[in-house]
Amino acid sequence: MNALQVKNLSVAYEEKVVLKNVNLAIPVGRLTGIIGPNGAGKSTLIKAILNQLPNKSGAVHILERPLNSKDHTVGYVPQRNAVDWDFPTNALDVVLMGRYGHIGMIKKPSTKDKQIAMDCLKNVGMETFADRSIGQLSGGQQQRVFLARALAQEAEVYFMDEPFVGVDAATERTIIAILKDLKAKGKSVFVVHHDLQTASDYFDWMILLNQTITASGPTELTFTEDNLQEAYGGKLFFMDQAKSNKTFN
Amino acid sequence: MNEFWVLLTGSLVGITCGLTGVFLILRKTAMIADAISHTVLFGIVVAFMITQSLSGYWMLIGAAIAGLLTTFLVQVLQSGGLQEDAAIGVVFTSLFALGVLFITLFAGNVHLDVEHVLMGEIAFVPWDTWDVFGFSMPKAVWMLLFVLLLNVLFLVFFYKEIKLSTFDPVFALSIGLPILAMHYSYMTLVSLTTVAAFDSVGAVLVVAMLIGPAATAYLMSKSVSGMIVWSMTFGVTAAITGYYLAKLWNTSIAGMMAAMIGVIFMLVFLFKPHDGWIWKTFKRMKLQKTNIQANS
Repeated sequence: MNALQVKNLSVAYEEKVVLKNVNLAIPVGRLTGIIGPNGAGKSTLIKAILNQLPNKSGAVHILERPLNSKDHTVGYVPQRNAVDWDFPTNALDVVLMGRYGHIGMIKKPSTKDKQIAMDCLKNVGMETFADRSIGQLSGGQQQRVFLARALAQEAEVYFMDEPFVGVDAATERTIIAILKDLKAKGKSVFVVHHDLQTASDYFDWMILLNQTITASGPTELTFTEDNLQEAYGGKLFFMDQAKSNKTFN
Repeated sequence: MNEFWVLLTGSLVGITCGLTGVFLILRKTAMIADAISHTVLFGIVVAFMITQSLSGYWMLIGAAIAGLLTTFLVQVLQSGGLQEDAAIGVVFTSLFALGVLFITLFAGNVHLDVEHVLMGEIAFVPWDTWDVFGFSMPKAVWMLLFVLLLNVLFLVFFYKEIKLSTFDPVFALSIGLPILAMHYSYMTLVSLTTVAAFDSVGAVLVVAMLIGPAATAYLMSKSVSGMIVWSMTFGVTAAITGYYLAKLWNTSIAGMMAAMIGVIFMLVFLFKPHDGWIWKTFKRMKLQKTNIQANS
């Protein structure tokens, strides 16, 4: 079964084409990195898959079905800087928002929902910060709260937009451990990532993107110099370093 | 008895506006309240032109439509590439001007003058009564109670939805929350609140009441629910203290209430423990002093 299938997806903002004719088929249970240079359309791809853009064409299937938010199959971690962290609320409350889809409109969170939220917070090592105002958390802690909120969605397929940006080393390790744990539980995870040095260690599947798909497949087949040069259009400086890092591992 | 009605009206304005204003501050659209408070004039005038009556329901309906129209036009201009503040500025001045023009053209001899709309006259509230189910209360009180009830019901049913769509609309959309419908429902409530309040206190005090108490509450509270309680408290406090000071100094009641909102905001801004301005300045001076001592 495919976790994600995309057919002829194109997105344009006004006159400018951002994604052109994207086709993807990715099996269930993979930890997939979405890699590409700035402006390649990585975040746009996620937003288009999640049906957040009006001006798109093409078809998207998740677990072989068209996306329906009532199925609760999809968990989502938006970019951290997309929200105002001075909003008056605490960490547990934000994680609880991950339960809203399950709770449904009008109804209030139950004790069980609160318990799940607390467990997810514990999962990311943030249980002692449950009552802390989100504005007082560090960037890495805020990112963990966002990850915990996605875990609270109890989804099958997860989409994460740049979860490693601006976080400390400890948070990066926590996040990658959780991603690998999700994969071990048979979930499918898609992560927008731009650090080529760590990419091949983190992901077992890769989508190389630059407005159109350069390559998609298992990491050992797709993460090649030729493919990367094509995606990055010859602007690639890190390749040798990434390779030498690999020999150390 | 008249004093009681004026105090009750003022307090109801404080509670209703305080409640509605919280999400205006959190959604960073405080200025849309300013816009709506002016464009409801347009709605009221058009409602009058169509129905030839000054009855409360038509005014409420006209105002609600005008508020929605304002919100919609601002949204349209924004998605056309204009900044939000510019879009608000263009829309509300045009609609307000149209409202003023229509009054002078078609409604010159009715009780619908611009000064009344801007400043209101809360002192006259007790004499304009409505009988509902054989129960006689000032019209302003009835309207405010009705709108307060709508506001409370909206929050009882959609508290978590409005909170999430305010904090993180992108995530809200991904779990299927109708964020645009939430936006328009909320803006309808802002319009209704505005028109219910401004008949007694005028457009200027409505804006002050919508923004001031909620902004003060934002300084005070670490949760949305806490902010709502503080905001309503500040609104009522400003209304009551404003009334008595106006009586003491024999000045405009609405004006004094608006002034008290400013006073309360300044008090909190300056004296709030830990992050008030004075507290912070004091701490900074202390730190500088210890630094100088350490360096010498």
